[in-house]
Amino acid sequence: MSDDPILRIRGLQKSFGDNHVLRGMDLDVKQGDCIAILGASGSGKSTFLRCLNFMEIPSDGEIIHAGKTVGTARNGKPRLYPEGELTKVRQKVGMVFQQFNLFPHMTVLGNVTEGLRIVQRMDKTGAETRAREELARVGLAEKADEYPARLSGGQKQRVAIARALALAPDLMLFDEPTSALDPELVGEVLNVIRGLADEGRTMLLVTHEVGFAYHVANRVIFMAAGVIQEEGPPEQVLKNPKNPRTQAFLSRHKQFEF
Amino acid sequence: MYREALWIGLLNTLKIFVICLVAGLSLGLAIGLARYSPRRWLRWPAACFIEFFRNTPVLVQIFWFYFAFPILAPFEITSLTAAALGITLNSAAFSAEIFRGGIQSIDPGQWEAGRAIGMRHRDIMRRIILPQAVRRMLPALTNRGIEIFKMTTLASAIAYADVLHQARLIASINYNPIEAYTVVALVFFAILYPVVRATYALERHMAKGD
Amino acid sequence: MYEWDFTPVIQNADLLWQGLVGTLAITGTALAFGLPLGLMLALARLSPRRWLAWPAGFVIEFFRTTPPLVQLFWFFFALPILIDIRMTPFLAAAITFSIQSSAFFAEVFRAGIVSIERGQWEAARAIGMQRKQAMRRVILPQAVKRMIPAFTERAIELMKTTTLVATVSYADLLYQANELAQKTFRPIEVFTATALIYFVVIFGLSLCVQAIERRLAVSGDSTVR
Repeated sequence: MSDDPILRIRGLQKSFGDNHVLRGMDLDVKQGDCIAILGASGSGKSTFLRCLNFMEIPSDGEIIHAGKTVGTARNGKPRLYPEGELTKVRQKVGMVFQQFNLFPHMTVLGNVTEGLRIVQRMDKTGAETRAREELARVGLAEKADEYPARLSGGQKQRVAIARALALAPDLMLFDEPTSALDPELVGEVLNVIRGLADEGRTMLLVTHEVGFAYHVANRVIFMAAGVIQEEGPPEQVLKNPKNPRTQAFLSRHKQFEF
Repeated sequence: MYREALWIGLLNTLKIFVICLVAGLSLGLAIGLARYSPRRWLRWPAACFIEFFRNTPVLVQIFWFYFAFPILAPFEITSLTAAALGITLNSAAFSAEIFRGGIQSIDPGQWEAGRAIGMRHRDIMRRIILPQAVRRMLPALTNRGIEIFKMTTLASAIAYADVLHQARLIASINYNPIEAYTVVALVFFAILYPVVRATYALERHMAKGD
Repeated sequence: MYEWDFTPVIQNADLLWQGLVGTLAITGTALAFGLPLGLMLALARLSPRRWLAWPAGFVIEFFRTTPPLVQLFWFFFALPILIDIRMTPFLAAAITFSIQSSAFFAEVFRAGIVSIERGQWEAARAIGMQRKQAMRRVILPQAVKRMIPAFTERAIELMKTTTLVATVSYADLLYQANELAQKTFRPIEVFTATALIYFVVIFGLSLCVQAIERRLAVSGDSTVR
C-alpha cells in the first residue's frame, strides 16, 4: 500500500481558450517524494501545480489521488468535478501561494484554525491546540494573536504554510513560495520547507531557486511548452542535462551554487 | 385616446428632462469650477449650495418652488417651472461634485506642465484638465442623466402632465391602475435599460483603456 | 416686501415632529428589509446557477431603472387589485422602498464582493472550503468593510426618496408640512422650515457617518493588508 503513489497524473491537459498551456503531463508522486519543478515563465509549471488541487479544472486527462480517480467521466465530454469531491481532495492536498493569500480580517491563529473549524468541524480548543503546534513548527508560536498586516512577508508565508499543514495533508504544493519576498526573507521560508522535506513529507515545489532544488529535492522536473522535457535526480537534471532546452535554461541560471 | 394621452405625457416628460439635463449639467459645471476655484468668495458659496441641495430631498425643493416661491416671485410659477427649478438645482449640486471629482482626479503634473509653458489657471482648466476629466466623468454623468430622467416623475406630484400624471388620470377614469402603471413602468425600463447597458459597456471599455 | 413670520410653524411644531417620526419609521423599515433582501439578490446574481442569477439581475435592473414614484403608485393602486390585501399608505411605501433600496444595496454588495482579490477565494478553496463557506467566512467580512461608504450614501438617498410617500397620503414630514401649509396659509415659512429640518437631519447623519468611517479607517488598519 505504502508503495502506491499518492498522486498519479495521466495525460493532463489544460487550455485557456485557444491557449494550450498543458499538453499532456504524466507523473507519479510517491510517498516521501520532494519534487522540484523548474521551467521558464510561461512553461505551464504553475498551471500544472494549480491543477493538482483543482485551483484550475483540467481540460483533459486524469488525476488519481490515493488510488481514486478524481471526478466523474462522461463519455465524449470533459470530466465532471463536483464541488463536494474537490473539497475533500483539497483537504488532503495543501497549497502555499506565491502571494500568501492570508485572510487579512483574521488573526494568525484564526487563519490556521479556519480550515479545521469550518471545513473539518473541529471544536475550538482542539483546533487551537492543533494550530499552535503548526505555528510552533514554522517558528511563529508567539505571533498567534497578531493580524497578518503586522507580519513581514517571510512571516506571512510561514503562517500560510502552517495554515496548509494544519489540515494534515498527505501532499503539499508550493507555488513559487519565495518569489514575492524580499531577498533577505527568502532564507527563513526555505528553511521551513527544507525542514518539512527532512521530515519526509511529500511535496511538489515550483521554484526559481535552482540551488535549493538541488539540495532539497529528490527529483527534478524541467518543463517547457506545456510538457515535461526532462526528469530525474537533481544531479542528473541539473548537472548533466540531456535536453537542449534544459541546458539553455540552466545556462541562464549559472549563478546558483551547488 | 388613452394612447394619445400617454403620448402627450411622454412628450412632456421628455421636455422637462431635456430642460433639467441641459440646465442641471451646465450649472453643475459652473458650480463645480467655482468649488475648485482658488478664490474663496467663489468656493464658499459653491460649497454651501452643493451641500444644501445634496442634503435635502428633491421633492421638498419642488414643493417649495411650487407652493412657497410664487408668493415671493414677481412672476407666475407654473408646475413645469417649479419642477424644473427643483430638479435642475438638485442635479446641479450632484453633477458639480462629479465635475470636481473628475478635475481632482487629474494628475497634478498636468497643472505644472501647463504652468511651465506659461498658461493661466483658466486656460489650463479649459484646454488641458477638462478634456481629460470629462472622459473619466462620462459614466458618472450618464448615471446622473438616468437619475434626472427618473426624477421627472416627481413633477406629477404638483400636477405637471408628465407620463405618470397622465397614467394616474387614465387609471382613475378607467379603473385600470394595473395596466396604466405597468405600462408606465415598462416605458421607463425600455428607455433607460439600453442606456444603463451602454454605461456598463462604457465603464468596461474605460477600465481597459486607463 | 414679504413679511416672514415663523410663529405658526413653531406653534405647530408637534405636527412636523410627528411627520419626522413617520419619515424615520418608513426609512428604518425599508432599511431593515432592504438590506437582507439586497444581500440575497447580490448573492443570487453572483451565483454560478443561471436560473438564480438571471432573475436576480432582472429584479435589480428593473427596480433601478424605473422611477420609485411609479413603483409606489403600482404597489398602492395596482397591487391590491391583483392580490386580496388591504393596502395602506405605509404598507405600499414599505414594500416599494424595501424592494427599491434592496436593488441598490444589491449592487453595493456585489461591487464589494467582486472587489476582493482572487487569491482570497483560492486560499479558501485550497483549505477545502465550499463556495458558500468561502463567501460567508472569507469574502463577505472583508467586502462589508469596503462597502460602508457606498452603503451609507445609499441609506441617505433612501431617506430622501421616502418623501415620495407624501403623494399617497402617508404622514411623513413632507406630507405634514403640506397639511400645515394649507392650514396656516404660510407655505413659505412651512416649506422653508421643512427643507431646513431635512437638511439638518440628513447633513447631520452624513457627518456622523463620515466620522465613523474615519474611526474605522484608523482602527481597522490592522485588518487591511
